[in-house]
Amino acid sequence: MDVIVFLVFAIIAVVCAINVVVQTHPISSAISLVGVMGSLAVLYLLLGAEFLAAAQVIVYAGAVMVLFVFVIMLLNAGAEARKGRSLLVQLLGVPLLIAFLGLLAYFVQRLYPQSTSVHFGGFTKGGAKEVGRALFTTYLLPFEVTSILILIAIVGAIVLARKELD
Amino acid sequence: MLTAVPISWFLTLSAVLFALGVAGFLFRRNIITVFMSIELMLNAVNLSFITFSYHRQEVNGHLYAFFVMVVAAAEAAVGLAIILTIFKNRSTLNIDEINSMKN
Amino acid sequence: MDSFIVISLIKVAVIFAALMTTLAYLQWVERKVIAHIQVRPGPYRVGPHGLLQPLADIVKLVTKEDMLPPYVNKPLYLLAPFLAITMSLLSISVIPFGPEIEVAGHRTYMQLTDLNIGVLFVLAVSAMGVYGIALAGWSSNNKYALLGGLRSSAQMISYELPLSLAIAAPLLLSNTLSLRELVDSQNRGIVPLSPLHGLIPQFFSFGGIWSWNVFQRPFPQIFSFLIFLIAGFAETNRVPFDLPEAENELVAGFHVEYSSMKFASFFMAEYANMITVSCMATLLFLGGWVPLWPAEYGSSYVPVAIFAFAGVMALYHGMHPGRRRDRYTLPVFGVVFLGIAAIFLLPMVQSWLAPLFWFCAKTGAILFTFMWIRGTMPRFRYDQLMGFTWKFLFPVAMVNLLVTGFLVALRP
Repeated sequence: MDVIVFLVFAIIAVVCAINVVVQTHPISSAISLVGVMGSLAVLYLLLGAEFLAAAQVIVYAGAVMVLFVFVIMLLNAGAEARKGRSLLVQLLGVPLLIAFLGLLAYFVQRLYPQSTSVHFGGFTKGGAKEVGRALFTTYLLPFEVTSILILIAIVGAIVLARKELD
Repeated sequence: MLTAVPISWFLTLSAVLFALGVAGFLFRRNIITVFMSIELMLNAVNLSFITFSYHRQEVNGHLYAFFVMVVAAAEAAVGLAIILTIFKNRSTLNIDEINSMKN
Repeated sequence: MDSFIVISLIKVAVIFAALMTTLAYLQWVERKVIAHIQVRPGPYRVGPHGLLQPLADIVKLVTKEDMLPPYVNKPLYLLAPFLAITMSLLSISVIPFGPEIEVAGHRTYMQLTDLNIGVLFVLAVSAMGVYGIALAGWSSNNKYALLGGLRSSAQMISYELPLSLAIAAPLLLSNTLSLRELVDSQNRGIVPLSPLHGLIPQFFSFGGIWSWNVFQRPFPQIFSFLIFLIAGFAETNRVPFDLPEAENELVAGFHVEYSSMKFASFFMAEYANMITVSCMATLLFLGGWVPLWPAEYGSSYVPVAIFAFAGVMALYHGMHPGRRRDRYTLPVFGVVFLGIAAIFLLPMVQSWLAPLFWFCAKTGAILFTFMWIRGTMPRFRYDQLMGFTWKFLFPVAMVNLLVTGFLVALRP
């Protein structure tokens, strides 16, 4: 059951990621990236990270990607032109890629054999309480620093994107 | 038949997503698509962090992933503002054409 | 495991049926309420008092020509209403309607599923709902639709900030993110609630209404409630924040290129969002299904009294009707209301029907407020709307959260 959930959402994530890279129009890439983030949120739930899954959907898929979609709609620049590639590259590209990925998977499997397996309920310390406790005790300094970072980003974005008052 | 997912599968998925992000970053010419490939790379790294946090049964990996998310959000905001300014000045989103600093 | 799946499927069927009926009749209620505010009868001819009007509307929408304009971006055009309606219906799945009930030997909650990050789930799903509107505006390949869609999306994400901060404040008091535990934490009986117990008159420790989060010690969440309602109005694109939608009457809106069922799904999505916001306000602030005063003191007879009164009034007005048609419809309504009052008297259903009544009554009161304000107030201009959230509502919500946190930290 957990294996089926993992396989389904991993395949969705990989297909959407390939779509991000391959599509010509940026808006299709943006929607595919939202699909990647959604399926990754489900995988986080499988790994017991409930708070992170919710934060991923709220912050990443629900705010950052909306910002991307806004900018694409505002700029309205259109699809990218397709560049021609030589026949050798087209024939060898995908098979070489699959061979490389197979090698990679084999080596990763060698490094981490069946020591730990992931199943629903294997990690219960990922809820809001534990994350909040760690955030406000051990990681208090990074927390405060990132809040200043966000303030800098807000001010910078407003300054960069406003209309010039002539 | 497997009843639980081996942890190496998660790491392989993270590596695949990261590689796809790198490919998009290197091969695409539209600047917004390049930006989205960066976000894809950051998501892959988050998956890795949370996987290792499960492996070590600690919550610290979640915290690192949380800070990566926050920094990525700030970076997306500023980066998109820069892209808007570039578009206003040069009317193009093709990174090959933004080369006025080349000699 | 098997009985869990069967019970869940039955719950899905019941909740879906109830929700679809409520969506259809919510539109009827809205038209009646706005009509009576404007001193006119509203839908009156289709069925008794217009009760079959939603049916007529559904038939009209389904039989309209479902066209796919050739100049739209087809994948996104078809995806947008699907996203809108899916996200609206998904957030109903974690809302608890009442306490535990026992059906045919199985104990189950009156809730589809209880996540321990329930509040975050609802926030996440409403954040994803923005995509439906943005993509609808973009894919229609129409400048006015694009403008309407962009404005509406910008409004929705701007108002998510005070909404989240207003949600965070009662969570500090209830100490949990799960919606069921949220209501359980507001269900304190007659217990001392604060270190100042000796100084507070006994009346305030009574339980019932005084344990609702909106009146809870150490800091009554009245400001959070108001901020949540205002942000909820903006999230669902209702008056006075409905400029992106009212452009529909003036020029165009984001759903101008949609027809029949896709158009209907946008409106269903809006009403479902309204229901979600009202249910969340009830759960977070008004105590969910906790009655006005504790059930030991007879608050289970309030629904009996209300329905009996309504039945008697309908019967009385049926004797001397204002319009000739009412001579036949009003007595029937009177008998139906008296029947419902009798159902509430049965002891075997009182344990779950009375809390369900309180939940529906509170949600209905907030929905009535939505419609009341729609019939009463003019709408904001777009720059006034955005200035209101960024310059007033967001700082007020932050200060409210700070004060709540400070007072909660002082609690021993």
